Amino acid sequence: MTRPTFAKAPHLDVDSILADPSIHIVVCTGAGGVGKTTTAAALGLRAAEMGRNVCVLTIDPAKRLAQAMGLSSLDNTPRMVPGICAPDGSGSLFAMMLDMKRTFDEVVESHADPVRAQQILTNPFYQALSSSFAGTQEYMAMEKLGQLRVRAQAEGTWDLIVVDTPPSRNALDFLDAPARLGSFLDGRFIRILTVPARGAGKGIGRLAAMGFGFFTNVLNKILGAQVLADLGTFVAAIDTTFGGFRERADETYALLKDPGTSFVVVAAPERDALREAAYFVERLRTDDMPLSGLVLNRVQDVIDPEFTSEQAASGAQLLTELAGDADTKNAQEARLTAALLTLHAQRMNLAARQRHLADRFTAAHPGVAVSSVPALAEDVHDLDGLRTIGSLLARAR
Amino acid sequence: MTEKLWPDVSLHVVSGKGGTGKTTVAAAMALALARDGRRTLLVEVEGRQGIAQLFDTPPLPYEERKVAVAPGGGEVWALAIDTQEALLDYLESFYNLKRAGSALRRMGAVDFATTIAPGLRDVLLTGKAVEVVRRADKGAHDAYDAVVLDAPPTGRIAKFLNVNSEISGLAKVGPIRNHADLVMGVIASPKTAVHLVTLLEEMPVQETIDGVAELRAANLPVGGVIVNMTRPPVLTEDQMASAIGGDLPADAIRRSLKRCGLGAHEDEIVPALIREAEDHAQRVALEDREMVRIRDLALPTFVLPLLPGGIDLGGLYELAEILTEGGVR
Repeated sequence: MTRPTFAKAPHLDVDSILADPSIHIVVCTGAGGVGKTTTAAALGLRAAEMGRNVCVLTIDPAKRLAQAMGLSSLDNTPRMVPGICAPDGSGSLFAMMLDMKRTFDEVVESHADPVRAQQILTNPFYQALSSSFAGTQEYMAMEKLGQLRVRAQAEGTWDLIVVDTPPSRNALDFLDAPARLGSFLDGRFIRILTVPARGAGKGIGRLAAMGFGFFTNVLNKILGAQVLADLGTFVAAIDTTFGGFRERADETYALLKDPGTSFVVVAAPERDALREAAYFVERLRTDDMPLSGLVLNRVQDVIDPEFTSEQAASGAQLLTELAGDADTKNAQEARLTAALLTLHAQRMNLAARQRHLADRFTAAHPGVAVSSVPALAEDVHDLDGLRTIGSLLARAR
Repeated sequence: MTEKLWPDVSLHVVSGKGGTGKTTVAAAMALALARDGRRTLLVEVEGRQGIAQLFDTPPLPYEERKVAVAPGGGEVWALAIDTQEALLDYLESFYNLKRAGSALRRMGAVDFATTIAPGLRDVLLTGKAVEVVRRADKGAHDAYDAVVLDAPPTGRIAKFLNVNSEISGLAKVGPIRNHADLVMGVIASPKTAVHLVTLLEEMPVQETIDGVAELRAANLPVGGVIVNMTRPPVLTEDQMASAIGGDLPADAIRRSLKRCGLGAHEDEIVPALIREAEDHAQRVALEDREMVRIRDLALPTFVLPLLPGGIDLGGLYELAEILTEGGVR
């Protein structure tokens, strides 16, 4: 089989990334529905079977992919994946699914005394914030990555963490969400809201004196007194226990910028997915993030590239005309062959369109290395499926 | 032509797993519903500017713009809802507080409300769509016959639409709660239908099935399923069976290739064609299994073709035509 090649792009050498002992984090990112989670899992398995001790952090895996890695429940703890075949028995693979709320709860529990923690955990505002998707999932994914990294360094459990990013509205959200949440919690808005709690009752009066009266009035009018009170309590509780959300966000951000991190942008050869990938590549460049390259999933492969779609299509047309409506053996054979030639022509056309899109990406981002994975007939159900994808990812040109 | 589906629906919500083409389907639906002199609004909430790309117009501002004419003289308008603008809009129309907006922005409150505060963003987005829908009841001059919402993906759709439950944990009474109730009054009513777009692949079909269950559990009105990007059958059933069984007649193919002048490279071509056919037949068999799972949902189902040249305006009209035939009009 001739593999799909994107001649204009340098080749992404996946194995040299996975084998590089100085790489400790691989982040797979890209638009929704392009096979990000599968790519993360396949890279993790391949690294483990090359002898590394790997933990794969997935955000929202499809049921069967989770089963393929032996994950049956979302318990927020890395579980060992059985059935890893490393050459000298040295590698290992752990996998976990992120439980966003549980992660947030743990952060609270580890930073507050039990009474204060209870106060926060039962606050309606906290409950909504910790189970909402708007920014929290991104923040918690990064928080969990930070935690795993700390644990890996302290206990020597893992030397490589492969993380899949949340299915964000756009792929950039996860880079920005931590800083946004951090800057919000450290920001002026919060300081105003926490004044009542700190001032023990004198808050509103002090606010008025400070000229913020109109501001609280506005909030009261929009949110209602009860919401404002809950928000105030929540913010005060979280403020006094955490102090430094921004600091944590900055640490996570620094971790991502570290040369020990490798970003892999995942896309499919479709206009929207590649546009999103292009945005992401530009953003990583702007932020000096270590981009390794692009994985292009679901690429139509070509079995015989010399045999063009034009040849096949004209052959099919001729055979269809020859066969007409006749019911002879000859005519049946011609119709069958015409159908097969039509399939080949369609396949070549699709491959050409995909190549055009990929070349356009490469023209705009010439330095970005690409590895392409052919479209497979079925989804991945087991480790063997992941292994196949891993070896397709790693093929040399 | 089949009978008209969803005659009382004025808000069509279109969701689907990422990559299934939900923006394209939403646009085709807006075109179908605008036929014969009607006026529809296509609304986008994710800040992607997907509508502008699809209709080949400059990026849409937070303002209703005409983007296309429908067969028979209808009009499709489009609106890209920007959350921050929607918040200021909301403050102005409900509290007459537009001036406070800039102060709130300086305080970081606008950022908070639109990006971090759980549920608030969704209330604003759905709230704006519902405001447009309600214009028709009020007989406003800028009312639309139907509103099509290009909504967040299936995994988040029930949560996105069910703003009431998000907000109820936060606000049991008060203005935000009243607003959420108003929004839910339209969304969870027979005026709304939520349509899910899928491909005939395992993961999107599973998400569709889960999505339908989730929507039903949240008492949200489920509309139809749109199976997108399907390919017409090339092989007959018998040919398919032999392709899957690996017993396509190589000699017969070789003979035919000679007859159409492709005999020269038969040694490479014949095995390639057979492998491609086997691959194709496997894929079609998988698609058939997935189609059965979609049919089992017993919802109105539309099957849209993969447009060979990619999506352009002409392609959108073609898809709209199929939806119209199927009862979307």
